[in-house]
Amino acid sequence: MTRTPTSTHDSLARELARRDAAWWRDLAARLAVSIGGVSTILFIVAIFAFIGSQGFEFAWNRLSWSELFFGTRWEPTVSPPTYGAWAMIAGTAWITAVAMLVAVPLSFCAAVYIGEFATGRRREWLKILVELLAAIPSVVWGVIGLQVFNPMIQSVFGVQIGLNVLNAGLILGLMAAPIMTTLAEDALKAVPDSYREAAEALGATRWQVIYKVVLPHARPGLSAAVLLGIGRAFGETIAVLMASGHTLMAPGSVFDSAATLTATIAAELGEAAVDSDHYQALFVLGLVLFFITFAINLLADRIVRGRRRS
Amino acid sequence: MTRSAMDGFRATAHELRSLQAQRLMRLLFLMMALLLLVPVLGILGVLVVEGAPGMTWEFFSQKPSKLGAAGGIYPALVGTVWLTAVALMVALPLGVAAAVYLSEYARDNWLTRIINMAIVNLAGVPSIVHALFGVGAFVHFMNFGESILAASCTLAVMTLPVVIVSTREAMQAVPKAFREACWSMGATRWQTIWSIVLPNSVSGILTGLILVVSRAVGETAPIMFTGAVFLRLVPPESVFDRTMALSFHLYTVSTQVTGVPRHVPFAVALTLILVVLTMNALAIWFRMRLRGRKKW
Repeated sequence: MTRTPTSTHDSLARELARRDAAWWRDLAARLAVSIGGVSTILFIVAIFAFIGSQGFEFAWNRLSWSELFFGTRWEPTVSPPTYGAWAMIAGTAWITAVAMLVAVPLSFCAAVYIGEFATGRRREWLKILVELLAAIPSVVWGVIGLQVFNPMIQSVFGVQIGLNVLNAGLILGLMAAPIMTTLAEDALKAVPDSYREAAEALGATRWQVIYKVVLPHARPGLSAAVLLGIGRAFGETIAVLMASGHTLMAPGSVFDSAATLTATIAAELGEAAVDSDHYQALFVLGLVLFFITFAINLLADRIVRGRRRS
Repeated sequence: MTRSAMDGFRATAHELRSLQAQRLMRLLFLMMALLLLVPVLGILGVLVVEGAPGMTWEFFSQKPSKLGAAGGIYPALVGTVWLTAVALMVALPLGVAAAVYLSEYARDNWLTRIINMAIVNLAGVPSIVHALFGVGAFVHFMNFGESILAASCTLAVMTLPVVIVSTREAMQAVPKAFREACWSMGATRWQTIWSIVLPNSVSGILTGLILVVSRAVGETAPIMFTGAVFLRLVPPESVFDRTMALSFHLYTVSTQVTGVPRHVPFAVALTLILVVLTMNALAIWFRMRLRGRKKW
């Protein structure tokens, strides 16, 4: 095809002729949806900026970071106030650990069964069931913790208070498990079928295929699933506030009541006067939470992506 | 056939053992899967048994009395409808726009990667952090005060990833050939999107809508400081009113009020669960229908 040389005037005229109403509408739509796309970035930046702006001045001038992370006394309302979040950090760690002890085995086994053993209708139904479980609201889980698990833990273990690390951990485990099941199943699904077929052609049974081929290859995806489960368990607020007993003391065993970072914000934000030190300290906790979940998400993304590239 | 020829087809002891191992493991994994599902179904059963007696017509149509220990949940129901509707009005256009951008315009460059990262993080940020954002951005900075508008905007930011992901998925499932056919008839990009791509991904948008409703109905933390109140016996009249909400009401009657009869929190919890699970079942049904109908 040969291109006939055109004068600038011609091309300009053609360009202008192209700009009918449809062209302008196209441009407007393009701008509008671009704004929609970029808005997600804006929101993340705005979350950081707004929480930071509330907490930053306080964090910079009047808060000692070593006290925040290692101080054991969180007494923002007595004078002089102390802002030691160690009890909440420990509580968060304990509860998340118990939650993962519950969720990892349950969700991985469920994922292997759904993804590798189950077939046809049974598989579809199990998947739907798992998805529905993931939708139960966190405040309902809180009620389950208060009304169902609390008396159960009291009578089974003979302890005074059933609202403790164990209760909150169980609840968070059951809450995180459905999501982790879905993520883990995706990780298994990402292992190419040709690998399975190769192993089966060598005479491996289904279990040998899973154990020797599928699981090792799905490992990055499975670790990402655990990471995202941790992120979910650790960011959960209302259910933990209701089930953990919310006691600002570092727990020594699973039968101690505990408090988490998230629950403390929820419990105290309503009482703290706007712009007071206490209020700003809660925003600093929010900032810490934001950064930790951000790091977890980036890490999980990196693990999955690194796998895909190789 | 001679005996020795048959032996070639008989499983060796080793093969039999691994076959047995496989059956055992299959059973074991089924048990573990059931261990996840059965207790939760049991708990749901408890909710139904304990909550059902409280779910009378009066429960849904009357105002609460004695701080929620008696009476009904009518204002909370209406409030939840308001919160959800306004959240949808914000999240749906924004989310669909973002999905259109990502599916139809975005190239594989750094901007797209950052947007995707932002979506993942927006979905992963704890709900209480969204609440802090809502307090800082909508209640104080935008000066909405504690109101339905502030609470709904907070919910909308939180549920945005859900809309984007489900819409984008449906749009990407529309074959490229459809678009090319439209372009070759001289349509602009937008005309193609409006008349071909969007109509073909309606079920994805609906799925997103339903999932937003289900999230917005169930979330407590993001609304408790941005617009939900403990008691407000008249239903809201504008988006600048504060309102009761089902989820926050459940939180208060089970933790803040003393002397609440046992069936009350269960009945509220059951109401919430029924709404949320119905919504999710609908979303799943839509998705399956889409998958079944799609013949391209």
